Amino acid sequence: MTRYRLALLLLALGVAFSPGCRGGRSRNELTLAGSTSIQPFADKWAEVFMAKHPDLGINVQGGGSSAGIQACKSGACEIGMASRELKGDEKDLTEIVVARDGLAIIVHPSNPVRGLKVAEVKQIFSGDLIGWKPLGGPDTRITVVTREEGSGTRGAFQELVMGKTRIFRGAITEDSNGTVREIVTHDPAAIGFISLGLVNAQVRPLALDGAAANDENIRNGSYRLVRPFLFVSRGEPAGLAKQFVDFVLSDEGQALVREEGLLPIR
Amino acid sequence: MDGPAKKRGGTRLERNDRLVRLALLVIAFSAVSVLVVITVFIVGQGTPIMFRYGLKSFLAGTSWYPSEKLFGLWPMIVGSLFVTAGALVIGVPFGLSCAIVLTEFSSKRVRSIIKPVIELLAGIPSVVYGFIGVIILVPFIRTTFGGPGLSVLAASIILGIMILPTIISISVDSLQAVPPSYREGSIALGATRWQTVKMVLFPAARSGIIASIILGMGRAVGETMATIMIAGNAAEVPHSLLAPVRTLTSNVALEMSYATGEHREALFATGVVLFVIIMVLNTIANATSARRRKQP
Repeated sequence: MTRYRLALLLLALGVAFSPGCRGGRSRNELTLAGSTSIQPFADKWAEVFMAKHPDLGINVQGGGSSAGIQACKSGACEIGMASRELKGDEKDLTEIVVARDGLAIIVHPSNPVRGLKVAEVKQIFSGDLIGWKPLGGPDTRITVVTREEGSGTRGAFQELVMGKTRIFRGAITEDSNGTVREIVTHDPAAIGFISLGLVNAQVRPLALDGAAANDENIRNGSYRLVRPFLFVSRGEPAGLAKQFVDFVLSDEGQALVREEGLLPIR
Repeated sequence: MDGPAKKRGGTRLERNDRLVRLALLVIAFSAVSVLVVITVFIVGQGTPIMFRYGLKSFLAGTSWYPSEKLFGLWPMIVGSLFVTAGALVIGVPFGLSCAIVLTEFSSKRVRSIIKPVIELLAGIPSVVYGFIGVIILVPFIRTTFGGPGLSVLAASIILGIMILPTIISISVDSLQAVPPSYREGSIALGATRWQTVKMVLFPAARSGIIASIILGMGRAVGETMATIMIAGNAAEVPHSLLAPVRTLTSNVALEMSYATGEHREALFATGVVLFVIIMVLNTIANATSARRRKQP
């Protein structure tokens, strides 16, 4: 009977063209779906986990935080991945923080501005502050680069920096961390936000409220732009799901987190 | 559809013939039915939300904040129109001059070199155009004119180049289709070559040239990859040529990966608007070229 209902559910999901997870499952297979920010790390965990347990299968799919949470709620997958806090009726799911990710505000390396107040960042992204001059930068307009609606990174930025204020309409909008970084790399007047793990030498992460964007400041709480990477499930994970979560939280799993540029939970 | 059947069944050859005809018919209709399925699907997914929030607020609303349930498509509609108009301003003069030179003022040898090159232009994938735009054009605009570089201007220039092959090849065809007697008659009356082109050939080939422009317009409206890379995608009515702009196609492609619920429906609604625009353009193009065929 449950199999029948599952089939119906999968059918409904397929009809709605929902991203997330479908496909057959057996006891030896675990499906994760959700945030594309977590996906590459989950792939890494799955790879190492499966190398240790060749008889078990971990299936990692994207679709975005919201889709992953929905898929988990509906039972279409065992574990949903979310790169933002749960809200509203999502809160009845069990959440496990598997890693944390800093959000870096980046500018062109030639920009003399080294740090900003969070309030100033907010003014820039709301369109109230349009030039670099009052911030100690060059006498040019600020090129504001943001992510598209629905992106987890934008969601985190909105929550951590903007609050209820909107990102202004005239901001350049790109659909990945990579393209945001690319634009900031080439435009001396640009400012954008990307995952801290993806900052490279071609862009400069700004200090916020006097705290540089690094592991130490995130750990002691002085750098505030941090978002959790969550695994969510209905009830406590059991069986294979528990085995996988335990692996992710183990020293070995967390070492992988650090290796890949994220912040471990401990 | 059936030939005169002498008796039921007929010979084996006749039966085979009927079978093949039926098979071809089924295949032909399945190709058409794909279009029907797509249309039904897009309209079915996209229209309910338009009426739920009101057609007016959907088409004329200026705020696009799907997370706050604000679905104003106006900036994207205007964006598409601006960028397309810009592409035409750049593409039409170049395209038509090229077509005229190719048909009237060039030797066979020059034509045999230029024509294939232009056709090659049509074969370049749009992502390559976008890439060239990002690497060369955008920094050029940023350093020369200021602003972020990702702009209406950049998108117009790249799209203008992209529609050249469409405009040139169809215009050349329709200019060449003008009967030689027109040209000869005009020259015999003492008109210069340019006067001939301007006053005889151009009016005679007008409907074909208009069709080429409309088809080029359709390509510009529908282009996604290149625009998403070079237009900057700000969901705001651009206030200058150097401001970033978001087109209807970019809107769908940019946000589809994470869109759920009403946001997803709103993207389908964007598709409906786009669909209507393209349909209107194609119908106009077909109508003008149909009139051309009726002409003597």
